[in-house]
Amino acid sequence: MKKMLTTLAAAALVGMASSASAGTLVINTDTSDAAPKKAFEYIIEKFEAENPDVTVEWNVFDHEGYKQSIRNFLNTNPPDVANWYAGNRMRPFVKAGLFEDVSDIWADSGWKDGELGSSMAHAQKSMTIAGRQWGVPYTYYQWGVYYRKDIFEKMGIAVPKTFDEFVEACATLKANGVTPITIGSKYLWTTAGVFDYLDLRVNGYEFHMDLTNGKIPYTDPRVHAVFDAWDRLVKPGYFIENHAAYSWQEALTPMVNGEAAMYVMGNFAVAPLREAGLTDDQLGFFQFPEITPGLPMAEEAPTDTVHIPSKAKNKKDAKRFLIFMARADVQEEVNKILGQLPINSGSSVADDKFLKAGNKMLNEAYAMAQFYDRDAPAEMASAGMKGFQEYMVKPERRDAILKRLEKARSRIYK
Amino acid sequence: MTVQSVKRQSSWWKRHQAQLTPFLFLAPAILFFTVYVIIPIFQSISISLYEWDGLSPASYVGFANYIELMDDEEFYTSLWNNVRWLICFMAAVPIGLALALFLNQVVFGIRLIKSLFFFPFVISQVVIGLIFTWFYEPNYGVISPLLSWVGLEGWAILADEDYATYGIIFAGLYPQIAYCMILYLTGLNNISADQIEAGRMDGAKGFSLFWNIILPQLKPATFIAVVVTIIGSLRSFDMIAIMTQGGPWGSTNVLAYFMFEQALSEYGYRMGYGSAIATILFSIMLVYILFFVYRMYRDEKRGL
Repeated sequence: MKKMLTTLAAAALVGMASSASAGTLVINTDTSDAAPKKAFEYIIEKFEAENPDVTVEWNVFDHEGYKQSIRNFLNTNPPDVANWYAGNRMRPFVKAGLFEDVSDIWADSGWKDGELGSSMAHAQKSMTIAGRQWGVPYTYYQWGVYYRKDIFEKMGIAVPKTFDEFVEACATLKANGVTPITIGSKYLWTTAGVFDYLDLRVNGYEFHMDLTNGKIPYTDPRVHAVFDAWDRLVKPGYFIENHAAYSWQEALTPMVNGEAAMYVMGNFAVAPLREAGLTDDQLGFFQFPEITPGLPMAEEAPTDTVHIPSKAKNKKDAKRFLIFMARADVQEEVNKILGQLPINSGSSVADDKFLKAGNKMLNEAYAMAQFYDRDAPAEMASAGMKGFQEYMVKPERRDAILKRLEKARSRIYK
Repeated sequence: MTVQSVKRQSSWWKRHQAQLTPFLFLAPAILFFTVYVIIPIFQSISISLYEWDGLSPASYVGFANYIELMDDEEFYTSLWNNVRWLICFMAAVPIGLALALFLNQVVFGIRLIKSLFFFPFVISQVVIGLIFTWFYEPNYGVISPLLSWVGLEGWAILADEDYATYGIIFAGLYPQIAYCMILYLTGLNNISADQIEAGRMDGAKGFSLFWNIILPQLKPATFIAVVVTIIGSLRSFDMIAIMTQGGPWGSTNVLAYFMFEQALSEYGYRMGYGSAIATILFSIMLVYILFFVYRMYRDEKRGL
C-alpha cells in the first residue's frame, strides 16, 4: 500500500513537472484497480507504438480519490485526456465548460472502416448533452439477475420470464429455506439497481429517463406502481435480512454458501463469485423478467468514457487518442483484459458465458440506462438511494419516503 | 542628569522591547491562525449565502440555505445525534476515573498492566471503527454468539436506525475511556499524601475519603477530561465515516458528517448548503468555546 502511494505521488509530481511540449500527451485515469490498470497499460503501449511522435505521460489516481481530484485538476492542471462516466455524471463538467465538445469525432472520425457514429450508435445517446457529444465510451457491462443454477434445478424452478414467475420462484425458494434474493445495501447503490430494473420494466425506458431527469414527481401513481411491484418482494421478506449491514461483497457470501439464490447485480460480481469457488455449472445469469407485458426491454449498462478537458494543451493528439480508443480492435483487446463488454459493434467478445449472454442481451436491448446514480444528478441519487434503502427495511414508510424524494426533486431540478 | 541623557540616547527599540517581545513571539502563531482558521470561518459564513457547486459560478441566494436547513429532517436527526454523542460520551469520564483508581496501586507488573490499558488510545480511530464494525457483523461478528444467547439473534446493530448511533458511540468510548484514565492517573500521582493522612485521622475512609479528599484534588484532571471528551464527541466524524457513512438512511449522521456529505462527498457538491451547516455547528460550538475561555480567564484572574 505504501509503495503504491509513493508511486502515485511520484506520478503526480511527474505530471506537474511536465510542461506539455508538442508531442506529449498527458492522461489522467482512476484505474488504480488491477484489471483497469492493466487495460490502460496496454492502451498506452499500443498507442505509443502506433504514434511514435507522441509521448504519453500517464497519471494513475486512486479510484475513490479521483472523484475529488478531477474537480481540481480540470481547472488547475488539466491533462489532455481524462476518464469519466457517461450520462448525467458528466453533466456538471459539461455545464461548467470543462469538457471539450468532440462531436466532430463522432461525425467524422476519418476511419476507413466506418464512422464512430454508426459503430457505436447505441451508446451515442448517453454521450450526448445539448445535442453534442462530449467524450468517447470504451467499455460497459450488463446488469441482471445472477442466480444459483444448481439450487434452481434442485427445486425444479425454471428461469422466470415474467415477474409473476419471478415472485413464484422466490416463494418456492423461501419455502425451502433458501433466502430468495441477497443484497448488500450498506453503501446504498445496490438498491438503485433493483429500483432501476423495476421502473424500466413497469414504466419503460422513456419514463425512467424522464424520472431521472426530474420531469416526473416521485409521488406520481406510476412511481407508486414501481413500489407496488417492489412490495411483492419486500413484504414477504424475499430479500436477505439485515442487508443494510452488508457491503455488496459481504452479501455474496450467503450466495456462495447456498443460503441465498439470486442477486440483482452487475457483471463484476461474477469474478468474486468464481474466486469463492462457484463453477459455471452452479452460477447462471438471466435477464430481469418482464413486468408490464409488451413493454420494450431496456437494460442497465453503465458506461466508462474518455474525455478531453477544454483547457487541455495538446488537443490534437488527444483527439487522435480518443479515436484510437473507439476502434474495434482496441476495444476488443481492452475489454478482454477488463472482463467487460466493448461498445464498438465491430469488436468480438471474450469467450465467457456471462459476457456472451450480456453482449447478446445488450445488442438486443431497446435502450440502455446508465444506473440511477449516473442518470440522476448526484444529489438526487443520494437522496433517492437513501430512500430506497429505508423502504427496503421499512416498506410501510413508502408514502413518507416518496414525499421526501419529491421535496428533494422539486429543489434539485428547479 | 547623566542618567536621563543615557535614556534619551537609547533607541526606540530598546525602550519598547519589553512591551513588543510578547507580540513578536506571538506573531507567527497569530499569522497562521488568521490565515488558516479566522479567515476561513468568515469565508465559510459568506459561502453559506450562495448556491455553489464548486465549479460553476456561485449565485447569491441570501438566507435560502438556512431556511431550507430548518425544514430538513436530516438536519434535526444530525443535531439530535450530536446531543446523544455529547451525553453518552460523558460516560468516559467516570469510567476512566474508576479504571484509574483501580490501576493506581503498587503491585508487581502494574506498569505492564497500565500500558495494556493505554493501548486503545494508541490505536487509530479508524482502526477501532473497522474492528468494531466486524464485531457487530450480525452473522460472523464476535458478539453475535452473545446476542443469540440473550435472544437477539442476528441483530445488526449498525443497520438498526434506533441503535446504530449507540453502537458507534460505544466504539468511540473505547479509546476515550483510556484517554480519561491516563489523565486521571497523572492526576492521582500528584495527590498530596498528607491530606489523605489527615483525612484518615479525622475518620474518613472508603467513599467519603474519595469524595471529600481525593476527588477535589483531581479537579484539574476532571476539567481537562470533560473538555477533551466534549471535543472527542464532536470529533465523531472518523468513526461514522468508517462504520456507517451516516447510514442506515442518514440515521447516524452528525452535523460534521452531514456537512461533509452535502458539500464534499461523491453525491453532493452543495458548498453553500454545507457551509450553512458548518456555520450552525460553529455557532453551537461558540457557546461552549466562550464558556471555556471565560472560565480560563476567571481562573487566571484568581491566580489558579
